[in-house]
Amino acid sequence: MNEPQQAGTRPNKDRQVVLSVKDLTVGFGNKLVLDNLNLEIYRGEILGFVGASGTGKSVLMRTVLRLLPQRSGTIEILGTDYDKADEAERIALDTRLGVLFQHGALFSALTVKENIQLPMREYLDLPQSLMDEIAYLKLEMVGLPPDAADKYPSELSGGMIKRAALARALALDPDLVFLDEPTSGLDPIGAADFDALIAKLRDTLGLTVYMVTHDLDSLFSVCDRIAVLGQKRVLVEGTLEDMFAFDDAWVQSYFRGKRARTVVTDENQPAAK
Amino acid sequence: MPGGAGERYVLTGEWRNHSIAPTLKEFERLEKSDGQGHLEIDLSGVEGIDTAGAWLVRRLMTAKSGQGRDAVLVGAEGPMQELIRVLPETAPAPPANEADKRTVFERVFSPLGKIMVEFGGDFYAAMHILGSAVRGAQLKFGHGSGISPASVVTHMDRMGVRAVPIIVLMSFLIGAIIAQQGAFQLRYFGAEIFVVDLVGILQLREIGVLLTAIMIAGRSGSAITAEIGSMKMREEIDALTVIGLNPVGVLIFPRLVALTVALPLLTIVANFSALYGAAVVTWTYSGITFDTFLSRLHEAVDPSSVAAGMIKAPFMALVIGIVAAVEGMKVGGSAESLGQHVTAAVVKAIFAVIALDAFFAVFYSAIDF
Repeated sequence: MNEPQQAGTRPNKDRQVVLSVKDLTVGFGNKLVLDNLNLEIYRGEILGFVGASGTGKSVLMRTVLRLLPQRSGTIEILGTDYDKADEAERIALDTRLGVLFQHGALFSALTVKENIQLPMREYLDLPQSLMDEIAYLKLEMVGLPPDAADKYPSELSGGMIKRAALARALALDPDLVFLDEPTSGLDPIGAADFDALIAKLRDTLGLTVYMVTHDLDSLFSVCDRIAVLGQKRVLVEGTLEDMFAFDDAWVQSYFRGKRARTVVTDENQPAAK
Repeated sequence: MPGGAGERYVLTGEWRNHSIAPTLKEFERLEKSDGQGHLEIDLSGVEGIDTAGAWLVRRLMTAKSGQGRDAVLVGAEGPMQELIRVLPETAPAPPANEADKRTVFERVFSPLGKIMVEFGGDFYAAMHILGSAVRGAQLKFGHGSGISPASVVTHMDRMGVRAVPIIVLMSFLIGAIIAQQGAFQLRYFGAEIFVVDLVGILQLREIGVLLTAIMIAGRSGSAITAEIGSMKMREEIDALTVIGLNPVGVLIFPRLVALTVALPLLTIVANFSALYGAAVVTWTYSGITFDTFLSRLHEAVDPSSVAAGMIKAPFMALVIGIVAAVEGMKVGGSAESLGQHVTAAVVKAIFAVIALDAFFAVFYSAIDF
C-alpha cells in the first residue's frame, strides 16, 4: 500500500537535474528523521514539498543547504557534490542558491537595500551606483515600492518582510531558490499575489524553485510537481493527479479533505497542467 | 564584449553579475557616445544573461532612445527577451531625501532638548516600574498575593548565590590592595597600625557596597535588560498583558525583590572577604598579627560604620534593577537595539550607583552619622 511511486508519470529523462538527493539518511541521537531518501528536481520547475508537521521537511531542506550534517547519502546541487567540492567550488555553488527563510531572516541591523546588496557586495565587483540600480530593480520585481529600500526590517509588515527576503534571495540571480513556507502568515490575496510572483520570476529569470508549503492554493496554482514526505522518505512525487490516485490515508485526507475540496471546486480544474 | 559601434552593437559571451565588471567602463562610454540613425543591438552571441546584464542592455536602449534614435533588439529570444522586456526603462527612483530646513539654532538645541525629554521619560518610566512592582502581579481575581516565591528564589540564586565566588575574589584583592598601599604610605609616619582603621572604615562605609553594586550592575543588570528586552521583542510582554497580568509585576517585581535581598548579603560577604585580604597583607608586609588586627579593628570600627555602608545596599539594588528594567522595556524590534539598551543599562546603572553613593556621603556628613 505504501510503495513509493517514484514519478514515472512524466518523461523526465531529457530534463536537466538541478538537485539530486540519493539515499540520504539524517538522524539525531538514535532517532532517524530521514531514511534513504531520494529526490530529484529538474531545471525550471516549481516543486511543492508537503508533509505532516514533524516529518522532517525542514530537516531535509536544512540538510540540503548544509546546515545539518547527514549520516549517509549524497547531495548533488547543480551537478556538484558539496562534500567532495573544494573551497572555490563551494563558494561558486553558494552564489547559485537563494534561500527565503520562513520568517525572512533579514538582518535587523541593515536596511532592506543593504540586505539586498550584502551578497552582491561580498561576491561581486560592481560600482555602488549599479548595485543601487539593481537593488531597486529587485525591489520592483518582488513588488515593493522604492521607499521600502531605506526601511529597517522591524518597520515592515509580514508580507513586506517576505518580499524583501525574496529580493535578497534573488540578489545574485540564483539558479535554485529554496522557499520555506513562503505564503504562511499572508492573507489569501497576498498569498495569491506571492504565488503569481514566484511563477512570473520562474518564467523571466529561469529559476528552479523548491517550495516547502502547506498552502493548498499554492500547490494547486503554481506547483508543477508535488512531493510528499512521510515515513522518513519521499512517499510519492508527481502531479496533482498522482496525488489523488495515491493510496495513502494521509495523502488522501490532505488532498481530498474539506479544505482541499473547496480549493478544487473553486478552481474547477485542479490540475490544469 | 561590445564588439561594434555606430549602427550595430554586438554583445557576446556571458552577461551575468559576476562577469560584467571588466566591461563596465567601456559599456558606459558606449552609452554616452554620440551616433545617428537606426541602431541594432545584437544579442545572438550572448551565452547567458541575468538581471544585471539585462539591466545594462535596457539602460543602453533607454540612453540611445534619449538621443532620439530608435534602438531595437535582435537575436534575443525566449526568457532573455522576456527578462529584458519586464525591466522598467529607468531604474525606480529612490525617494528624494528632504532637505533639513531647520535653523542653526534649532539644529544645535534640538538634540539637547531630546536628551532632556528622554531623561524625563526615563524618570517617569522608572517611577511607573517602581509603582507597578510595589503593587505586585495584580492577579485579577485576587488569587494569592501575586508574588511568586519560586521566581524570587530562582532569581536570588542566579543574582546572589552564583555571584558569591567573583565577589569574594574581587573583594579579597581590593582589601589587600588598599592595605598594601596604606601600609607603605603610613610606614613613613611610623603609624602602620592605623592601616587597620583605614581599611576598616573605607571598606565598610564606602568601597564594599560600592564595588559590589558595580559588579552586580554589570552582572545582573545586563542580564535583566537582556531577558526583558528579548521578551519584549518576541511579544511575550504583550502576551502577559493580554492574559490580564501586569508584566511589570510578574517579571520585574521578583527580580527587584531578589536584587534587594541579594545585594546587602553580597555586601556582607564582600566586607568579610576584603578584611581577610587586608589582614593577610598587613601580616605579610608589616607583621601585624591577626589578633592585633582584630583588636585594632574592634576599636576603630563601631556599628554605625557598618550600618552606614549596609543602609546604602538596598537602595543601590533598587536603582540597578529599575534602570535595567526601564532599558529592557525600551528594546525595539532589532538585535542591534537589544545590544544598545543592554550597554545603556550597565552604563546608566553604574553611574546611578556612584551618584547615589555621593548623595549618601553628603547626607551622612550633614547629619553627622
